Amino acid sequence: MSILINKDTKVICQGFTGAQGTFHSEQAIAYGTKMVGGVSPGKGGTEHLGLPVFNTVRDAVEATGAEATVIYVPAPFCKDAIIEAADAGIQLIVCITEGIPTIDMLYAKEYVDRKGVRMIGPNCPGVITPDECKIGIMPGHIHKKGKVGIVSRSGTLTYEAVKQTTDFGYGQSTCIGIGGDPIPGSNFIDILALLQEDPETEAIVMIGEIGGTAEEEAAAYIKQNVTKPVVSYIAGVTAPPGKRMGHAGAIISGGKGTADEKFAALEDAGVRTVRSLAEIGQALKEVTGW
Amino acid sequence: MNLHEYQGKQLFAEYGLPVSKGIACDTPKEAVDAAGEIGGDAWVVKAQVHAGGRGKAGGVKLVKSKEEIREFAEKWLGQNLVTYQTDENGQPVSKILVESLTDIDQELYLGAVVDRGTRRIVFMASTEGGVEIEKVAEETPEKILKAEVDPLVGAQPYQGRELAFKLGLEGKQIGQFTKIFIGLAKLFEECDLALVEINPLVITPAGDLHCLDAKVGVDGNALYRQKKIHEMHDPSQEDSREAEAAKWELNYVALEGNIGCMVNGAGLAMGTMDIIKLSGGQPANFLDVGGGATKERVSEAFKIILSDSNVKAVLVNIFGGIVRCDMIAEGIIGAVKEVGVKVPVVVRLEGNNAEKGTQVLAESGLNIIAATSLSNAAEQVVKAAGGK
Repeated sequence: MSILINKDTKVICQGFTGAQGTFHSEQAIAYGTKMVGGVSPGKGGTEHLGLPVFNTVRDAVEATGAEATVIYVPAPFCKDAIIEAADAGIQLIVCITEGIPTIDMLYAKEYVDRKGVRMIGPNCPGVITPDECKIGIMPGHIHKKGKVGIVSRSGTLTYEAVKQTTDFGYGQSTCIGIGGDPIPGSNFIDILALLQEDPETEAIVMIGEIGGTAEEEAAAYIKQNVTKPVVSYIAGVTAPPGKRMGHAGAIISGGKGTADEKFAALEDAGVRTVRSLAEIGQALKEVTGW
Repeated sequence: MNLHEYQGKQLFAEYGLPVSKGIACDTPKEAVDAAGEIGGDAWVVKAQVHAGGRGKAGGVKLVKSKEEIREFAEKWLGQNLVTYQTDENGQPVSKILVESLTDIDQELYLGAVVDRGTRRIVFMASTEGGVEIEKVAEETPEKILKAEVDPLVGAQPYQGRELAFKLGLEGKQIGQFTKIFIGLAKLFEECDLALVEINPLVITPAGDLHCLDAKVGVDGNALYRQKKIHEMHDPSQEDSREAEAAKWELNYVALEGNIGCMVNGAGLAMGTMDIIKLSGGQPANFLDVGGGATKERVSEAFKIILSDSNVKAVLVNIFGGIVRCDMIAEGIIGAVKEVGVKVPVVVRLEGNNAEKGTQVLAESGLNIIAATSLSNAAEQVVKAAGGK
């Protein structure tokens, strides 16, 4: 078991024949992901990386039975790509692209919600179930099949947590990068609910950062609903207010969204927090008794 | 990206919002001429900087003669205005907005943001205008009225009317407020705003609503389709190093400490700053060098970090996911040689070919300290920078 994706998940790629789509699809295929084709408007009927190319997502879904899509198209075209995928019957949309206008995401998120489609990202590394399915840009080789579910707003911080859980021998059930944008397709609570239900996930690592109140809301959710041990790190204790720290969503505004507030909320919910990101593995060891 | 008040008011005017007749001026002479063109016998002169609190800092003045206008313009043009929202150096003033004077009976507040929780554009209105709205929200949250815009149907006039009645407006003001509300909602969406505030939105003695200030923030991700607004960008209002970094698509934010940081990934860059602080040091900057840490980008990053004379040591923290660490190591060596880095550089490489990368660094003969772990890297760089 795992969440969202497994070895049987049929995946297509939007922006398949572009540089990013090509490179990361090759990596995904090599990892063992069940890639069944891709979409590049105007190139339908051709073949790329040994897989069929389609003009539209609808064509791809009809021909391959694809359930998931990974989007690498440039930011100005992502709203269209996301809505096209949801309209074509795709059940899981993973959008890697960074830099989508917020107004576009307001509409895209509203649409996927109405269709009952799950979306991960944008501005994220993607989702991986180790040894089964890799959808996104994360390096497959640092992962190890195992029992820790990881959910994070940051790509490279996810890799740090993955590395530590691999080094400690625990491995990961599924790792989900929900992305650094202000309007994410899925938030911490959406993913925590899935990890809590997943029998293969025995503990959870949640990595947040400054900006917004998603971590505080997650803390309230954990207090009520999550019985598995949770270890959490929040990046940006040293970030000054009013400055955007790389990610569009990482900004302390009007005195709200500080790391200290988030740490306090999580600690109040019984979450084991670490102030140094190098201590995630050790904290897991302590809370689980592994 | 933020706009100046005069630019925000240009947009307001285009969307039918009532603003004062005003002219943005580059020289004292232009300012004096502007007063003549606007007419009347009293004006307001306002220094244009990207910061609030201008009034208390002396950057806004009611004037009754052209001589006063000349004095004000001569005093501020080319100078820096320091307010409670700026740092101790303040922001440079290169334009003065000269406006006709508006008399005030009452000050209201109207603003809108993208609310992350509800994933909606949310309008906020209050009878407590003219003051810091964050303070009102903190101390008397019941005085902030809200209206959410449903993306399916957009902002509706009834929402404007509802706010207007709750604000205690009456008569013609209901229609005026609703028109401002709808205009602002249209502006927000069509111009990809991240934030807009009219503070204060005033009621004149004649009972008319009028936008006395304009604070506009635009979504940086949408500038590619907002060409006219993009041209309003004023780099003089930003930290010069941050502006230089942006040219190279590097994310840089200057901080107060003495340990320079170069990291791949925004989250890890923040995490690196945090661990430096935890080890007893102070980070000098946030810098995300991005996924493709090539020699050119690393060189530019070093130049920007070292242009801060406080920097006593640099920590390079790279998690090589797809990229190979030995290639990054070559890039670091090339950059250190090219830029002539004089301060100690601590490098932590993790991921793809990390050991080979560390070996390449060790054999370079340069003043580069290879760290064995992230905690070790933080300790080493704090020591190299002169200890706690």
